[in-house]
Amino acid sequence: MATEPTPSERMAHRAAKELHDDDVVFVGIGLPNLACNLARATHAPSLFMIYESGAVGCIPERLPVSIGDPALVTDSLAVVSQADIFQMYLQRGLIEVGFLGGAQIDRYGNINTTVIGSYSNPKVRLPGSGGACEIAVHSKRLLVVMRMSKRTFVETCDYITSPGHKLHGKTRQELGHPGGGPTKVITDLCVMDFDGGEMIVTELYPGVTREQVQAACGFSLRFAEKPTTTETPGPDVLRLLREKLDPEGLYLK
Amino acid sequence: MADKLRSMKEAIADTVKDGESVVIDGFTHLICFAAGHEIIRQRRQDLTLVRLTPDLVYDQMIAAGCAKKLVFSWAGNPGVGSLHAMRRRTESSAKDRLAIEEYSHFGLLSRFLAGAAGLPFWPLKNYNGCDIAKTNEAIKFIACPYTGETIATVPALRPDVAVIHCQRADREGNAQVWGLYGSQKESAFAAKKVIVVAEEIVDTQVIRRDPNRTIVPGIIVRHVVHEPFGAHPSYVQGYYDRDNDFYVAWEDISRDEAKYQAYLEEFVYGVKGRAEYKQKMDAGVLAKLKAKPRMSEGVDYGY
Repeated sequence: MATEPTPSERMAHRAAKELHDDDVVFVGIGLPNLACNLARATHAPSLFMIYESGAVGCIPERLPVSIGDPALVTDSLAVVSQADIFQMYLQRGLIEVGFLGGAQIDRYGNINTTVIGSYSNPKVRLPGSGGACEIAVHSKRLLVVMRMSKRTFVETCDYITSPGHKLHGKTRQELGHPGGGPTKVITDLCVMDFDGGEMIVTELYPGVTREQVQAACGFSLRFAEKPTTTETPGPDVLRLLREKLDPEGLYLK
Repeated sequence: MADKLRSMKEAIADTVKDGESVVIDGFTHLICFAAGHEIIRQRRQDLTLVRLTPDLVYDQMIAAGCAKKLVFSWAGNPGVGSLHAMRRRTESSAKDRLAIEEYSHFGLLSRFLAGAAGLPFWPLKNYNGCDIAKTNEAIKFIACPYTGETIATVPALRPDVAVIHCQRADREGNAQVWGLYGSQKESAFAAKKVIVVAEEIVDTQVIRRDPNRTIVPGIIVRHVVHEPFGAHPSYVQGYYDRDNDFYVAWEDISRDEAKYQAYLEEFVYGVKGRAEYKQKMDAGVLAKLKAKPRMSEGVDYGY
């Protein structure tokens, strides 16, 4: 087995580190799904996973292939309607950690998953919000997992599907959004925090330079004075990811 | 007791009319492809298709020319890619543009909730400052009469038809579901006409022995259809697994208009109904999808 982790594996590993035992997490599709199941298999066995499909307290035996996988229901603590999930679990304020990805993100953590180009005449039609808007509004901590490029990290999103710290000139406090907003952005090159509601690079992956990160970003980035180096996943974690959690490479492409 | 059992062909012919709004509910779980395919075979037109996650079945109805409008909150092939027929009808290159009305999941669910509860609108803490509210005029904001805070509202939705797929129902339409519910209860109560589609038809005594599992009561149901395997390629908890390989393979089929139409010719127009569709399935695939039992203890309803 190659011991060098791929960017996807680094992202899943770094995202998993943000999850603590007993956190109530709203698990999203794709890499976040893998990160949550990795955290549960390693340092956070009591991670409390909720899926927007209505499955609560899930301990899936297989890596769910979608957020509505039947394995989420088997052995879960509760299955509720989606109306209950969004009203009583999310809007009520029970969700500690939310996870999002997207096609575009700006320096305030606003995310676009709706269209590229104009809304009425889009160049590319993307899937839309799903639960993303309300997850961004209500989660106490919001983790964003996205690969970096000038196309994805943009000065201005073509469309704001999910609110970050400041949108159209107003802060989320002024708009009355109860959740804490984006807390970390985990990319394939670095990790960002938010300072004064704006992205700031605080960690670099081993061997990655500030110049490389800036070159992959469509806006001028702020860097912490001394960014730390992100921990590399060890052989045990890689084996777990490759052989147990995602043997078919559903997420680790 | 009214016997509402009909064939899928009869139920759709009697219930779904051109120009009406239709919900085929289910979230990943219990998506009634059999009803969608019958609507295609009966060549319904100008439908407004409503669903949180349009999924492959709505994309097929769009490709077959059944839809004039889509009301939705997430349009993709979950975990795989895009809905390509929908994209071909909504992107700038589209010749014949499909009308869309877009929410987030919570917003569209709230429209069902208002419709189901007989209220004119539903409040939710959401959307303030976000572009979803700017591009959808139906989303409005009010000041809370008690606290003064800004609350988003969405109008009630009363679809003409809701199709609910379930594990079991009796001939009156009392429908029992376990596993993920989606928004089946809310869309059924919101709808004017409800079709229940069941993997198994059971005696009413079976329903009565476990009444907590009933999510749709027969009193709001117009027709009941017995359609085993009716949710494939989605799944039915305790019956068959999601055919993930199909969803993956669909990406390639749906990207190409010719392959897409060839699929519809063979698996939709080319069969009389679900039984024939199932016969076309590979035996190995059916064996792989068959659910492995995980029985629960059951409960004591005595007093």
